[in-house]
Amino acid sequence: MEKTASQQFFSGVRDELPILLGVIPFGMIYGILALSAGLDSLQAQAMSAIIFAGSAQFMTAQLIKTGTPALVIIITGFVVNLRHALYSASLAPYTRKLNAGWKALLSYLLTDEAYAVTITRYQNEGAKAFTHWYFFGAGLALWTSWQISTAVGIFLGAQVPESWGLDFTLPLTFIALVVPALKDRAGIVTAAVASLAALIFFGMPYKLGLIASALVAISVGLWMERK
Amino acid sequence: MEIWLIMLLIGILTFSIRLSFIVLLERIQLPEAFLRALRFVPIAVLSAIIAPELAMKNNQLFLSLANPRLLAGVAATLVAYRTRSVVWSILAGMAIFWGLKLVLGM
Repeated sequence: MEKTASQQFFSGVRDELPILLGVIPFGMIYGILALSAGLDSLQAQAMSAIIFAGSAQFMTAQLIKTGTPALVIIITGFVVNLRHALYSASLAPYTRKLNAGWKALLSYLLTDEAYAVTITRYQNEGAKAFTHWYFFGAGLALWTSWQISTAVGIFLGAQVPESWGLDFTLPLTFIALVVPALKDRAGIVTAAVASLAALIFFGMPYKLGLIASALVAISVGLWMERK
Repeated sequence: MEIWLIMLLIGILTFSIRLSFIVLLERIQLPEAFLRALRFVPIAVLSAIIAPELAMKNNQLFLSLANPRLLAGVAATLVAYRTRSVVWSILAGMAIFWGLKLVLGM
């Protein structure tokens, strides 16, 4: 039976929950770091709402701290977030029929973490009548916890000891999402090439290594498929 | 003032990147190879995020049995393959991760 909008929404929230475990400590650390970089509480919190992208926020705060020229900071933020174009392209066939408002809303909520669960859903089920509510649920769950954990970081400081390694739940979640998606040889080779390339390109700045690795691996995957 | 301007511009740019193909794809017909390539995006991107998290430490390659993240990642991969469950994969991975850290005294 077709799921209703609210079923899809809560299903998205639920699937996002394990990811939040890794994201919340990250948001707190951002809050602390932003203050130490010289932002005031309002600016630190606003950045989580306006930019809403973990690594770009870390980098922006860091660069503001070191007095980097504004233009350089803006270009850096842009480059760090370029990988979202890949997510946008990958989701586009599924969001095609939505109206402009939905497209804008979902794009605003399009982070690594929301993408990971949403694309898994779309690839497994295709775009059903209310799958965009799933996307919205996953995205909103992440957005809410990012805002709250930023606030907690700003007002309480670090309370979760780093040695717990809760951040490690993030790659573990991604593993659990990727492995079941490896259904044929082309997919497995793509994953292997991407992993290897990511280690080789790790030194590249601004997450460009991530984009380079993905592009190399996607090309190899396509080529494998053609054979 | 300058900080606000920086944040606002990065915010607008980030939003535009995220919106880019979602809007573009309704207007223009993209090459068929491009559309076929999209299937590989999540596998490629997520693998490229995962690998360094497991195999690098302080920007150095750390392929060793003394690397808890690497072994925990392998364990989580096996559990994910068997169970297809996010929760079990995380539990198994974190159990091995914490267990090894304890044993290795890290």
